[in-house]
Amino acid sequence: MNEITESRKPPVATTGVLGWLRANLFSNWVNSLISLFVIYILFQFIPWILNWTIFAADFKYNFNGEEIVNREMCSRVLDPENGGACWAIIYVRFYQFMYGFYPRDEVWRVNLSYFLLVVAVVPLLFDRFPYRKHFLKFTYIFPIIAFFLLNGGLGLESISTNKWGGLLVTLVLGCTGIALAFPLGIILALGRRSNLPVISMMCTLFIEFIRGVPLITLLFFGMVMLPLFLPEGIDMDGLARVLVAVTLFQSAYMAEVIRGGLQAIPQGQYEAARSIGLSYWQMNMKVVLPQAIRISIPSIVNTSIGLFKDTTLVIIVGLLDLLGIGRGALADTTWLGLAYEVYFFVSLVFFIFTFAMSRYSLYLEKKLKTGINMGAD
Amino acid sequence: MSEDSIISLKNVNKWFGEFHVLKDVDLEVKKKERIVVCGPSGSGKSTMIRCINRLEEHQEGTIIVDGIELTGNLKNIDSVRKEVGMVFQQFNLFPHLSVKENITLAPIWVKKMPKAEAEELAMEQLEIVKIPEQANKYPGQLSGGQQQRVAIARSLAMKPNIMLFDEPTSALDPEMIKEVLDVMVDLADGGMTMIVVTHEMGFAKTVANRMVFMDEGRIVEEASPDKFFNNPESDRTKLFLSQILNH
Repeated sequence: MNEITESRKPPVATTGVLGWLRANLFSNWVNSLISLFVIYILFQFIPWILNWTIFAADFKYNFNGEEIVNREMCSRVLDPENGGACWAIIYVRFYQFMYGFYPRDEVWRVNLSYFLLVVAVVPLLFDRFPYRKHFLKFTYIFPIIAFFLLNGGLGLESISTNKWGGLLVTLVLGCTGIALAFPLGIILALGRRSNLPVISMMCTLFIEFIRGVPLITLLFFGMVMLPLFLPEGIDMDGLARVLVAVTLFQSAYMAEVIRGGLQAIPQGQYEAARSIGLSYWQMNMKVVLPQAIRISIPSIVNTSIGLFKDTTLVIIVGLLDLLGIGRGALADTTWLGLAYEVYFFVSLVFFIFTFAMSRYSLYLEKKLKTGINMGAD
Repeated sequence: MSEDSIISLKNVNKWFGEFHVLKDVDLEVKKKERIVVCGPSGSGKSTMIRCINRLEEHQEGTIIVDGIELTGNLKNIDSVRKEVGMVFQQFNLFPHLSVKENITLAPIWVKKMPKAEAEELAMEQLEIVKIPEQANKYPGQLSGGQQQRVAIARSLAMKPNIMLFDEPTSALDPEMIKEVLDVMVDLADGGMTMIVVTHEMGFAKTVANRMVFMDEGRIVEEASPDKFFNNPESDRTKLFLSQILNH
């Protein structure tokens, strides 16, 4: 008997690098041809892109060693054959890309906010973070701190939001929109599924209205019409108006995503929670939502990434986010024609943030899966 | 309603849309009594016991549990649910919580018990259902029989006076049925008031004080197990018994 049950080593070339290559790239001749073709393309493309973006590119000085101050001095203008990207435009305008027109004397406030944002968010994302409980207390008060730091007040000089720009505006819109839309979305989703017809109808109407309207329309609505609803004498800040529009927009989408998760929870979970005496809110907070949100993670991240990129639409109502600053740089006659560099840079910054979000969601999915056999029962 | 009656259903009627599921159901259960409810599928057995902790609403008649009448009054419903534990066919454990967390959830949040005390209580309940070693696992890692025993422990942690069982062994593989029934027999021996919907006639014979047979939304026959199995009155009961006992 023992000889039969003893396990043997797998045949050669089904494991390891060779096995992997064989199974994934060269399993039959069609696959082999496609693999070779793709490898050829990559071989052509990667050196070229590396050369253009890094090896042949100008950063601060051109190939003559002169500091670049306008487009005429870029290597790729002087020598179109060999010159790569001219990053000097980014270098010269880096401040604007990061802070907009925030006064230089006060820029430490933005830098401190960026740093505190990391301190507030990282412990929130990783539940094994040391002393997480205490950091989370900070996470809750961070928005208030950031508000006073960026906006002024409490002895700090007030900086009007029309001086804000670049990454600062992108992050303020993205982070606030995502952070506020999440709880609002949960409430809307629960409301839509409520047994009370009035609540359910109101939530449904709200969600369907917001979802049925393009974000740009909502932005105009926030800019032009919101002030009409406010009492006289109260002037709402331009950025705040856009924030309201973005948050409402995002919360409607978030609500639908979470509702999808809620629908996947079997009736038995509600019944079990009820039968042991949990109240409506206890049932939702402890039993239903944790499972529904877990199921919805990919879609939640998906809509969040969508919102982060959609913040570029605020250019329409005159706010200069990262892309807006980029377009401003392109309109500058001294730098005319460096569109590749500017759009590449803006894309790269967006990509860093959205890619981080997408990796985080994968990490979360993997982590939450371990040991939990969801769906099977 | 007699002195020591703990559950009383009078003239209970219920409809699902147009469909009349419960028809003039009357049932009195005394303290420490063990009732086994059986009948063909669709006969309203599950619906009846689900009305007792108001997972289903009855439309006519009165249901009184431990002196509290079940109406739309949410406070009454909450107090009844604290008195009545329920075990489901599909276990309905919370898959995102460990076994221990499944059991401590209600004591901590409903009874506001301190965490340490609730965990001690959870371990006691797990001893009762004989799987203390599984405390830190997740439901998905347990066998069906173990899951159902955790579900029983979860209900017992709220110290109910009454336990309802809705076909607790119907979703189990045959070799796991016994471990769950054993726990239920222990509970019965401990003096728990129980209403059990089941087709396990062996269990019924050893444990039940009274058999209730339902068909098409009515209680057709109520009798002691001895009389029910050996000398049933109604033809419908005889037919049902012949079908489930002789196969």
